[in-house]
Amino acid sequence: MHVDTILSFDEAMEKYDPVLGFEVHVELNTKTKMFSSAPNAFGDAPNTNVNEVCLGLPGVLPVVNKKAVESSILIGLALNCKIAPHSTFARKQYFYPDTPKNFQTSQYDDPICYDGWIDIELEDGTVFHVEIERAHMEEDAGKLTHMGGSTGRIQGADFSLVDYNRSGVPLVEIVTKTIEGAGSRAPELAKAYVAAIREIVKNLGVSEAKMEHGNVRCDANVSLRPHGREKFGTRTETKNVNSLRAVENAVKFEIQRHAAVLDSGVAITQETRHWHEDTKSTTSGRPKSDADDYRYFPEPDLVPIVTTPEWVEELRSRLPEPPAERRKRLQADWGYTDLEFRDVVNAGLMDEIEETVAAGASAAAARKWWMGEIARRAKLADVDPAALGVSPAVVVEIEKLIASGAINDKLARKVLDGVLEGEGTPAEVVAKRGLAVVSDDGALQTAIDEALAAQPDVAEKIRGGKVQAVGAIVGGVMKVTRGQADAGRVRELILKTLGVEG
Amino acid sequence: MTANELIRSSAAEMAAKLAAGEITSVELVQAHLDRIAAVDHGERGVNAFLYVNTEEALAVAADVDARRAAGEELHELAGVPIAIKDLIVTKGQPTTAGSKILEGWMSPYDATVIKKIRAARMPMLGKTNLDEFAMGSSTEHSAYGPTRNPWDLDRIPGGSGGGSAAAVAAFEAPLALGTDTGGSIRQPGAVTGTVGVKPTYGAVSRYGAIAMASSLDQIGPVSRTVLDSALLQEVIGGHDPQDSTSLTDASTGLAAAARLGNVKGMKIGIIKELHGEGYQTGVENRFNESLELLRGAGAEIVEVSCPNFGYALGAYYLIMPSEASSNLAKFDGVRFGARTLPTEGPLTIERVMGATRAAGFGDEVKRRIILGTYALSAGYYDAYYGSAQKVRTLIQRDFAAAFEQVDVLISPTSPVTAFKLGEKLDDPLAMYLNDVATIPANMAGVPGLTLPGGLADEDGLPVGIQLLAPAREDARLYRVGAVLESLLEAQWGGPILDQAPALASTAAEEAN
Repeated sequence: MHVDTILSFDEAMEKYDPVLGFEVHVELNTKTKMFSSAPNAFGDAPNTNVNEVCLGLPGVLPVVNKKAVESSILIGLALNCKIAPHSTFARKQYFYPDTPKNFQTSQYDDPICYDGWIDIELEDGTVFHVEIERAHMEEDAGKLTHMGGSTGRIQGADFSLVDYNRSGVPLVEIVTKTIEGAGSRAPELAKAYVAAIREIVKNLGVSEAKMEHGNVRCDANVSLRPHGREKFGTRTETKNVNSLRAVENAVKFEIQRHAAVLDSGVAITQETRHWHEDTKSTTSGRPKSDADDYRYFPEPDLVPIVTTPEWVEELRSRLPEPPAERRKRLQADWGYTDLEFRDVVNAGLMDEIEETVAAGASAAAARKWWMGEIARRAKLADVDPAALGVSPAVVVEIEKLIASGAINDKLARKVLDGVLEGEGTPAEVVAKRGLAVVSDDGALQTAIDEALAAQPDVAEKIRGGKVQAVGAIVGGVMKVTRGQADAGRVRELILKTLGVEG
Repeated sequence: MTANELIRSSAAEMAAKLAAGEITSVELVQAHLDRIAAVDHGERGVNAFLYVNTEEALAVAADVDARRAAGEELHELAGVPIAIKDLIVTKGQPTTAGSKILEGWMSPYDATVIKKIRAARMPMLGKTNLDEFAMGSSTEHSAYGPTRNPWDLDRIPGGSGGGSAAAVAAFEAPLALGTDTGGSIRQPGAVTGTVGVKPTYGAVSRYGAIAMASSLDQIGPVSRTVLDSALLQEVIGGHDPQDSTSLTDASTGLAAAARLGNVKGMKIGIIKELHGEGYQTGVENRFNESLELLRGAGAEIVEVSCPNFGYALGAYYLIMPSEASSNLAKFDGVRFGARTLPTEGPLTIERVMGATRAAGFGDEVKRRIILGTYALSAGYYDAYYGSAQKVRTLIQRDFAAAFEQVDVLISPTSPVTAFKLGEKLDDPLAMYLNDVATIPANMAGVPGLTLPGGLADEDGLPVGIQLLAPAREDARLYRVGAVLESLLEAQWGGPILDQAPALASTAAEEAN
């Protein structure tokens, strides 16, 4: 396989100025599809959530899902967009079997939401103002699985499987204006922007917002121009980048690749690129020119969407607390320092911590677990912490086990391992793995007596008043009990045995 | 009453006889099935039907008879049979759209109008022939052979709904459903001496009518009398939540309008641009006669001008193919219908789609897909599709201005009578000109009705008179149409179809 040469990121930044643009597709969580009454559900057996309309059978007609229109307007309002009083659908035409009608019903020159903006805060508090060009409604395509080829692409495949469950699922496509001035923060901004969109649609309750399910998908446009030049360079569009980390990595990779191509005196090919998580690189997709002819024309089977000011204002009144304000409130409630809170936000764990606190954990404990052991394991597994498979309830239960003295911190980490390995609830893991703290004083006393006998000089020092030497004996006891003793209790018993006041 | 007399009755008369218990629906359906068997098949058969739905039609008829015997209250047209243009999808009967590409396809769902026909318990006799995907004015573009005109078997029955019109004219069915995109109900009605109505756009749900041009298509009734069309439109009309373009109006008052029986004081406008030059002499003569009759009945006849109608045909042949090129994209052999593999080279999806469409579509369909694809292409859109939409607005304004002056408009339905099979097959432009008088109504969404106006002097073939009304004023068509019909029939001494030649039975020929 062809491997692109890339420049180091720092070198690329020295020579070039990146210009970005994002198209984020958000799948709405309506009960039914955009234009048909078929269920909108993820993960069911292929081609079961379909009817004649989303299969595009002869004679069918679309009907617009009002709930999807409302969700679209909510997204637009949350992105400070204007809402068009009158907007229409259009047919985007191309022959490909993922669209059963061989056209996609979308919006073209009059999107329902337009001219918005969103402020994106980076980790160090820097704020970027990103302008939104439009947010329009459309239908998702079916899912193709190409079988038999080595690449998973249609070229070279023996045959392809088609699943129309996703065909006709309502989508809102949010398109930014070109973003200039991000400089070396471009990869971070990309990640933060997509995180912000995900947060907004989740907060609005209009999407499941799971990137791993494709509910939020990002196409990232990148171009470079030499510093000081106004004219944009040729762009590439990296398609369907499906995690926040991947968005950051893909933008970074494309910047490095563009820089190397431009350095070698070759022009960038305007094309789509595919992101590969395994190699952390992109490969060439299909050429994309501004002159791609989709033969758009107004969808004659649908009447225009008319939004009255009353309707828009009613929807505006339904907007939940904006994420930025929510962050301020949560930080105050939890009592985190700015640094602590920023780390939580950047790790994308605010929701998880909020749910964990709501489930009964202290804010400090929730942070300790999510930002500590869970984040560490996620990093090892190369997934987002939220996707690791630890639920807030697990954290709460582990905390309770610690508080009750049933386990200690060290054992708690083993309990977490057990939960992640599918051994059940924390209590079940404790039982199965025999992880409970040894709290039988008789058993502990035996271990203590043995440890004291093994280190008589240390015992003597303690008797002589050097209480800090007790650590060596505690260590010996913990070793014998393989960590399953409550260290505090062991210390107490040692001092008692030796007749010394703690 | 003999079976032969029975099938020549109007649907309203059949309904009355059923209600009175004089006949059963099974007898009525069987009489029509026998007629179909006698005249439809074979080399010289009418070939109005692509599929005859014998078993189901008889079963529905028997069910109606049983319910009626049990004293159940039934729809007025319950038990009266109907034929369905094969562009409308039906469960249990194949739907081909007159195309090879859908040969053998069975729809898993019913069109909304079919659900309404079933709810009214009207037995469906079968599916009628049409130009492929309703593209044509002669039914010669059917992939299953042309339908013949019962007035002269060597002539065309009009199109695209030649099958429905011929079936009704040949007494194979009292009623039929048609679809009208540019005249496909009205022009066949004109050349077969029958009645057909294109309702107001949105008055009848399009759900389940295989789309040619979505903004122009409309399902409507085909019959031998004005009242019968009114009764049928009341069955099939009304709002449908599955068709976003359907109107919320209730489908009522149409039969009552047909029964009103007077036009006194109504203002009727002759459209200056839709008669005279280009119209056959016999057509003009019969048209003028109808005007005299209406004037005699107390209507005021005035002339109005619709100056932009001259651009209607050109604009129509941009909008219709543009929409058709898009609507027909789904016919690719991937999910349903016939699939044709390329005979050589690799089997890629594009090549299979290409081979399927090359083999499955006929020339006229391909012509329109190519025309529409071109008209919608980047760089041409504004000049073609965009300009055509502007013309459409001008036509709507012409109608609006005309209807400020008059209650209904009147014109010949078709400039010519039925021409010979094959005569215009190689001249698409001559073929397209058949719809010059019917297209404006589709472009503006207004309703139009055709009824027989007599026979042309030079060839003895039927002439159609077209009435046009403002949108949602379909009732006016039925009111004026029924009055003109009764005046004409009084003059002829009976229905125009009494003057049609008897059809020889082709059943024996087929048996050979």
